[in-house]
Amino acid sequence: MSAPVQLDALASLTGVSFSYPLPDGRSREVLRSVDLRLPRGELVALVGTNGSGKTTLLRLLTGILRPDAGDVSFDGRRIGDWRRLELARRVAVLPQQLDLPVGFRVAELVEMGRAPHARRLFASTEADEQAVIRALADADALDLADRFAEELSGGERQRLLVAMALAQEPDLLLLDEPTLHLDLAHQVALLTAIRRLRDQRGLTVLAVLHDLNLAAAFAPRIAVLDGGRVVADGTPDEVLRPELVRRVFGVAVDEALTADGRRHLALRAP
Amino acid sequence: MRATVAAPSTPRTIAIGPSLTRTTIVLGGGAILVLGVLVLAVAIGSVGVGLDDTVGILAHRLLGLPLAHTWAPWMEQVIFDVRLPRVLTAMLVGGGLALAGTVFQALLRNPMADPYIIGTASGASLGAIAGLMAPVLVPGLLIGAGSSWLGLGVVQLLAFGGGLGTVLLVYAVSRANGRVPVVTLLLTGYAVSAVLAAGVAMLMFLSGQRLGAIFGWLMGSLAGARWIDLAFAAPLLGLSATLLVVRWRRLNLLLLGEGAAAHLGLDVEREKLALTVLASLATSTVVAISGTIGFVGLVVPHVLRLAVGPDHRLLLPASVLYGAALLALADLGARLAGGIPVGIVTALIGAPFFIWLLRRSRTLRPVVVP
Repeated sequence: MSAPVQLDALASLTGVSFSYPLPDGRSREVLRSVDLRLPRGELVALVGTNGSGKTTLLRLLTGILRPDAGDVSFDGRRIGDWRRLELARRVAVLPQQLDLPVGFRVAELVEMGRAPHARRLFASTEADEQAVIRALADADALDLADRFAEELSGGERQRLLVAMALAQEPDLLLLDEPTLHLDLAHQVALLTAIRRLRDQRGLTVLAVLHDLNLAAAFAPRIAVLDGGRVVADGTPDEVLRPELVRRVFGVAVDEALTADGRRHLALRAP
Repeated sequence: MRATVAAPSTPRTIAIGPSLTRTTIVLGGGAILVLGVLVLAVAIGSVGVGLDDTVGILAHRLLGLPLAHTWAPWMEQVIFDVRLPRVLTAMLVGGGLALAGTVFQALLRNPMADPYIIGTASGASLGAIAGLMAPVLVPGLLIGAGSSWLGLGVVQLLAFGGGLGTVLLVYAVSRANGRVPVVTLLLTGYAVSAVLAAGVAMLMFLSGQRLGAIFGWLMGSLAGARWIDLAFAAPLLGLSATLLVVRWRRLNLLLLGEGAAAHLGLDVEREKLALTVLASLATSTVVAISGTIGFVGLVVPHVLRLAVGPDHRLLLPASVLYGAALLALADLGARLAGGIPVGIVTALIGAPFFIWLLRRSRTLRPVVVP
């Protein structure tokens, strides 16, 4: 049984359930009949507790995992019907973890993001070079171009990974904790750059974020995962209410108004 | 390649991939080295032939140049029928082992990987030794070490089949749910190798007078190199090497981890199978004509990774060239040392060099940092 593929969204999950098999033969259900639509050009923040299924949801959208029930589709076709290479030309992922090979310079690693677009056997094209430079600039990593990956700090490494994903020149960008290891200045710079890419090139973005206030400041829409279900989905003002934060995260917060009239969540002193 | 960008502050150049100069130096230097070693190794021997005559004979016979015969006919015979096939065999074997070692180190993401690691060596050894012992095992049967098929010895054919067959077996056993985890592949290869090694030991125990021949094969030797072996090995190696060298981009992607490689469009399981089969084909081919020569496939990739960097675009062709030159030199050494098996020379020089390298670079560059 399958639900109709949705044509109007760039990517969507419809009634998706997913379980990981356990060694003893049972399975652990991670997502339960999840519906999520990503219209073209939308920037959506995905928040939720550890283990709530955020990364699994991203991996379903990349086609690495197949749903047990329901449908995952991208650009009008079921994700399983896409060839891996075709999909890689249009969907880029910033994973939480990535092994970086030793001895490569940052620019060379970013060029690996061009692999799905490779046209020549041994050389890169003019378009590849321009894309690499744009990606480095957008990820604020131009200054890292000649450095070796193994010499980078955690934050610099994260900027490299963002540049690699941007070099793919995707239509859909899936970010799994893109602000990990970044200082406040680089968190803001990265999310500003991502939002600019959405405005200028119509990039669609789904970003797993942990800082609720950061998510509210940058994402026009926030979806909350809890226990494998989407429990809230809407504008930051609709979604990030103290009662929801208490219910989902078990943490007491107060809300305050910022100078520009947005709601802001403040952790209550323990 | 280079491109200029107007960065916010100053215009600058960003290097992407190995520069043309570097590529020329590494690969051009390698090609010159191979040619130089070829002439040198062919000229030197128990009876010396002058370098000018050697070059003349090679140019005359290989390139068909109409040169005046300034050399005696026996020189042509020695150079062309004895030394040239041996030196060319050494080069094919060295290039093939170094290439396969580079591929396995990247594919398995393990610095200890060599071409033999998932069972080629033990499978080929068992095959070869069974071939060497066939008349003993099956008395009265007409096949044996001396018999041949299409000019190829039973020993070579059994070694080739044993090596490739073992890898395919290990691969099939490691497969679960359509996936072949690299760690499972390594451990299965180790276990299967242990079983086959027991078979090898058993045959050696039963071998009696043939122990010497078996031992020589296990150490690896190029003394028996013939044109017919080259005619068998060269096309197979040419094919597998070509198909491996053009896969440089996929090998680079695999260094990022299987998940990231898949995100970048690689069909990871299919590619792992293709790389394993191609590298094992190259390994089984060279092992069939030379025995299990050690250290070339382990040390050369590490040295080159330090010297030319880890980008497989340059590393793969460089492995072929420098591996070829190195083993031809080692075999020259083996000949000059009174005809000992070349495997002794590679172990004697390769192992201490490896230790020196380890100490000098503190940690040998791991293939990846997690």
